[in-house]
Amino acid sequence: MELFRKIAKRAFLAVFSLFVIVTVTFFLMNLVPGGPFVTEKAPKAAQVALKAKYGLDKPVYIQYFRYIGALLHGDMGISYVLQKGRGITGIVTQSFLVSLQLGLKALVVAILVGIPAGCIAGLWKDKAPDGVVRVVSAIGISVPGYVIAAVLMAVLSVQLKILPTSYNRPGGSVMPIIVLALYPACYLSRLTRASILEVLNQDYLRTERAKGMNEFVVIFIHALKNSLIPIITYLGPLTAAVLTGGFVAESVFNVPGLGRYFVSAIGARDYTLIMGTTIFYAALIIAMNLVCDILYQIVDPRIKLD
Amino acid sequence: MMRNLLSMQVEVRPGFEPLAADYFKDKEEQAGTEEIGFWKASWRRLRENKIAMAALFVILAIVIFAVVGPMIVPYAYDQQVRGDENLAPCLRHPFGTDRLGRDLLVRCMIGSRISLTVGVVSAVIVLVIGSIYGAISGLAGGKTDTIMMRIVDIFYSVPEILLIVVIKLVIDKPLDNLVQSVAFFHPLQKIGSGLIAIFIVYGCLYWVGMARIVRGQVLQLKEMEYVTASRALGASKGWLIREHLLPNCIGQIIATVMLQIPSAIFTEAFLSFLGIGVSAPMASLGSLTSDALGSISVTPYRMAFPAALISLIILAFNLFGDGLRDALDPKMEEC
Repeated sequence: MELFRKIAKRAFLAVFSLFVIVTVTFFLMNLVPGGPFVTEKAPKAAQVALKAKYGLDKPVYIQYFRYIGALLHGDMGISYVLQKGRGITGIVTQSFLVSLQLGLKALVVAILVGIPAGCIAGLWKDKAPDGVVRVVSAIGISVPGYVIAAVLMAVLSVQLKILPTSYNRPGGSVMPIIVLALYPACYLSRLTRASILEVLNQDYLRTERAKGMNEFVVIFIHALKNSLIPIITYLGPLTAAVLTGGFVAESVFNVPGLGRYFVSAIGARDYTLIMGTTIFYAALIIAMNLVCDILYQIVDPRIKLD
Repeated sequence: MMRNLLSMQVEVRPGFEPLAADYFKDKEEQAGTEEIGFWKASWRRLRENKIAMAALFVILAIVIFAVVGPMIVPYAYDQQVRGDENLAPCLRHPFGTDRLGRDLLVRCMIGSRISLTVGVVSAVIVLVIGSIYGAISGLAGGKTDTIMMRIVDIFYSVPEILLIVVIKLVIDKPLDNLVQSVAFFHPLQKIGSGLIAIFIVYGCLYWVGMARIVRGQVLQLKEMEYVTASRALGASKGWLIREHLLPNCIGQIIATVMLQIPSAIFTEAFLSFLGIGVSAPMASLGSLTSDALGSISVTPYRMAFPAALISLIILAFNLFGDGLRDALDPKMEEC
């Protein structure tokens, strides 16, 4: 019962955070100089007419209440500039599917590389493999994503000509996946290493060894299993992060995903599209964090949701 | 609430606690040396950490490169040398020139200067806001503390990259007007309003990690006997914060600030990449790399130098920050 009360509290906080984000973004967005129709070559009168048509001539707070009202009915409006007249829900869903495809592949790569690398580093602490993993992961965390993207492009597409620069050609998704997976893989390997080292110091492993348990069983059955628990719970926010973290990779490699839409929507002052992408992103991240918090509590009851 | 994993908010580690009063004494008695203070002991531990020391030297070298370099190079960062356009690295221009004939070496130096400034100033802003907020919240306790921490929770769960972009766009123009029109702010013209906007954006969003850390420390410290004694003797809250609480969490705070610097540089590079970083003709390492991105197949060296520099700076600060954290707070070692 205690657990449910805590979860309910968390869920309430999550919904409230989302509301705050929606509100703040809405008003901030309207403060940005310029508007969706300013750049068009249409005469002044046409611009005014367009504004009136979409209700943008009303005071901002009225626009806000209208937007929230529509949002509660599941209506996110239509795009003003980038995909004129198309429903935001459709645009967001379609582009998110592209991001999802890419993100899931990157996630799998990150897990398959990061966790084993962290295990190896932890089990061979202070030996050569540990050194290699630590150096590589330190670099991977420090180098900005677009630098990695540029280096990959310069080497793999321009010099060696083995991969295309554009996403649409065959093999075009390889480089975006690498760029997306690098940071999470490095992060996971550091996390795994720390977790394994912590478990290896626990008394119960010493007890097992003292009882004459096979070293293989000690490491693979008892140590690894327990050290992976905290990591599994990290996968929630990690998934959200990879799915939404595509700004750079999608912009550089021209992937028609949600990240690229967000960036170009801000440039074009496409208000409804900005709101749509922001709400979607924020909801995804907050939901994943919530799930992760709850999962943590269930997997390891010693941890308290404060 | 769980931190958004790939966010650049500083991680709050659970379970830190103040050192016992005799922590250092014990060690020294075992070693049979003279009694040394907190700073000296930390410095000794830091010196033993080869990686951290190497990182420190790299940082110093880059600072010299960024501060002294532009005075030695005979070009200015915005000077367009006629006839020297689009040069590959050569003797006269070791990093080459861009299509306007600007020397890329001096632009990289200025860019490093900007990136370092962004890192340090943003970290200081975070330090000031975060530690004051955290100390007040922790000291006040009760309802005030709950409300203040709920606000922090909201900031912590926000996908901050989205807000950064929007806030940056919002405050750019008004800030520019302010700097141009009000006489008091004229000295700021030289820095450029774009840069100031980055500081503000960063300060607005990233102080929460610091606030949490300081609050956690304060909550533990304020139950200690000497604080109770001080309060019994009639010390004011301000006095408690200044004289007892802040000095005692200084180790934690310094380490966090150190790790905040690379994160700020990262953010600036990201903003520049989106084209909303520092305004031309000023250069930052982020804007230099993103400028070079378009012509990467023709002139890869234009990308290579600033990209290598920014990676090196972030890497060095990360490694040094890790080392510093271990040195200042040996109990919190990352295994």
